Amino acid sequence: MEAPRMLPAAASRPGRSTPQDPPLARYGLTAIALGFIALFIFVPVASVFAEALRKGVGAYFAAISDSEARAAIRLTLMTAGIVVPLNVTFGVAAAWAIARFEFAGKRTLMTLIDLPFSVSPVISGMIFVLLLGVHAPIGGWLYRHGIKIIFAQPGIVLATIFVTFPLAARELIPIMQASGMDEEEAAIVLGAGGWQTFLRVTVPNIKWGLLYAMVLCNARAMGEFGAVSVVSGHIRGLTNTMPLYVEILYNDYQFVAAFAVSSLLTLLAIATLIAKTALARHVAPAAPARENNAAGSRLAA
Amino acid sequence: MSKTRSNVLPGFKLAMGWTLIYLTVVVLVPLSTVFFRSFTLTWPQFWSAVTAPRTLAAYRLSFGAALAAGTINTVFGLIVAWTLVRYEIPGKRLIDVMIDLPFALPTSVAGITLTAIYAENGWIGRWLAPIGVKVAYTPLGIVIALVFVGLPFVVRTVQPVLEDLDPEYEEAAATLGADRMQTFVRVIAPGLMPALLTGFALAFARALGEYGSVVFISGNMPMRTEVAPLLIMSKLEQFDYGGATAIAMVMLLAAFVLLLGINALQRWTGSHLEA
Repeated sequence: MEAPRMLPAAASRPGRSTPQDPPLARYGLTAIALGFIALFIFVPVASVFAEALRKGVGAYFAAISDSEARAAIRLTLMTAGIVVPLNVTFGVAAAWAIARFEFAGKRTLMTLIDLPFSVSPVISGMIFVLLLGVHAPIGGWLYRHGIKIIFAQPGIVLATIFVTFPLAARELIPIMQASGMDEEEAAIVLGAGGWQTFLRVTVPNIKWGLLYAMVLCNARAMGEFGAVSVVSGHIRGLTNTMPLYVEILYNDYQFVAAFAVSSLLTLLAIATLIAKTALARHVAPAAPARENNAAGSRLAA
Repeated sequence: MSKTRSNVLPGFKLAMGWTLIYLTVVVLVPLSTVFFRSFTLTWPQFWSAVTAPRTLAAYRLSFGAALAAGTINTVFGLIVAWTLVRYEIPGKRLIDVMIDLPFALPTSVAGITLTAIYAENGWIGRWLAPIGVKVAYTPLGIVIALVFVGLPFVVRTVQPVLEDLDPEYEEAAATLGADRMQTFVRVIAPGLMPALLTGFALAFARALGEYGSVVFISGNMPMRTEVAPLLIMSKLEQFDYGGATAIAMVMLLAAFVLLLGINALQRWTGSHLEA
């Protein structure tokens, strides 16, 4: 490519001779696009808050400070607190191996890393029931030794690790590729140790990317529903994460409470999108590669 | 772009070792249980599980609704991407940020919200009910939920390609006397094709396995509004692990074929951009 990447602002150069769409098409397409986005994005968000506040602010706060709600919030935070560091650590290791070295089977490895994205959430939960449920050989053995995984919190953590597995790696690989390794090689040649180089050169170079990966992984870990639903057993106050608690309240016809807890998750989603946009500017050099492989658009795929 | 080659950097064994161990323990071993478990079924058991009328109805619904949602997302996603890249519209930055909402919003929240909106007394459902359109608890509701979860894929795959599109070709086409429609069909559309197909395939694949947003709005009536992931779920709840595994096996194979197709498409998109 000889021409530099064009900025969006330059793409619509109104003063130049770039052909413009006829006004009718322009207004028509704009109306369709805005209508579609309003219908599928803004109406649902507004609806969450409207339903949550239907019986007033008092009912809203009563619902989110209920002891079962607090237990669900705790479990959700705990799960994310375990899953995010594990998967981001894996992401860094995978990115170091893939972006810094040449080896046979690299493309296969990247496809394997992507696998969990193409597995249905229900199947993502089911595989852990098949492997570690009480009736499975490994799960049965663990159960006889007093370790319960399925229908307990470890199962929730495992299923969440599985569904968020590719996120950090898919973000960090292009970022590390784009940051190059000249500085790292210079550090090594000048006598720095491997860990020293990693901590002093690599981490500062990819720090925004790391944060970006953590934000995405966290949002998905806190919001996972299908996979966690299979392994949780829905024990109130014990194995309900926030998205599961929403389902229980809804099926109990406690609509205001269901939407009140939903509103917290919606705020989390909006905060994630804002943080993602703010951070994307700092990881910009890697952005084209990231968007082209659509990994960035797989936050909850 | 930096070149990667065998070099002076250390840590390959550690990084690669950890990557492979973690990948194996967390992904490959659990996923392989589907295959091992389905090998414990006899062929007639497997075949009757995947060809039972209820299962076939679920597959048909899953594939059909995913196809419809993917198509809707492709058409509207292209329009949204076009509008965001080419026109000055109010609130453009806000819209651009919010496009990814379906990725960030937990699917159970999306499910109950869409159900509330499209129920007969909901914000939109109340206008549709008098003209005889039922959305909640019908296949149409399932399609709407799937359009929601798949919405960002086409926009996000088409948007960067559209931004990179060199306006010179359009200028040349206009100079040579092509009208706007001809320019779009003959000059712009061919360049967008790989991205559009990739976006469609991603949205379709996502819709095929979707559970959370569908479970509330579909009503889950066997033979009518029960998608394949829901059927797997209900088999699991009845401890029919064999039946659940057989159905899951078929869904997994479909998903892997799609994954390979998407990878090929993305290489094609990449080569188009470099050309």
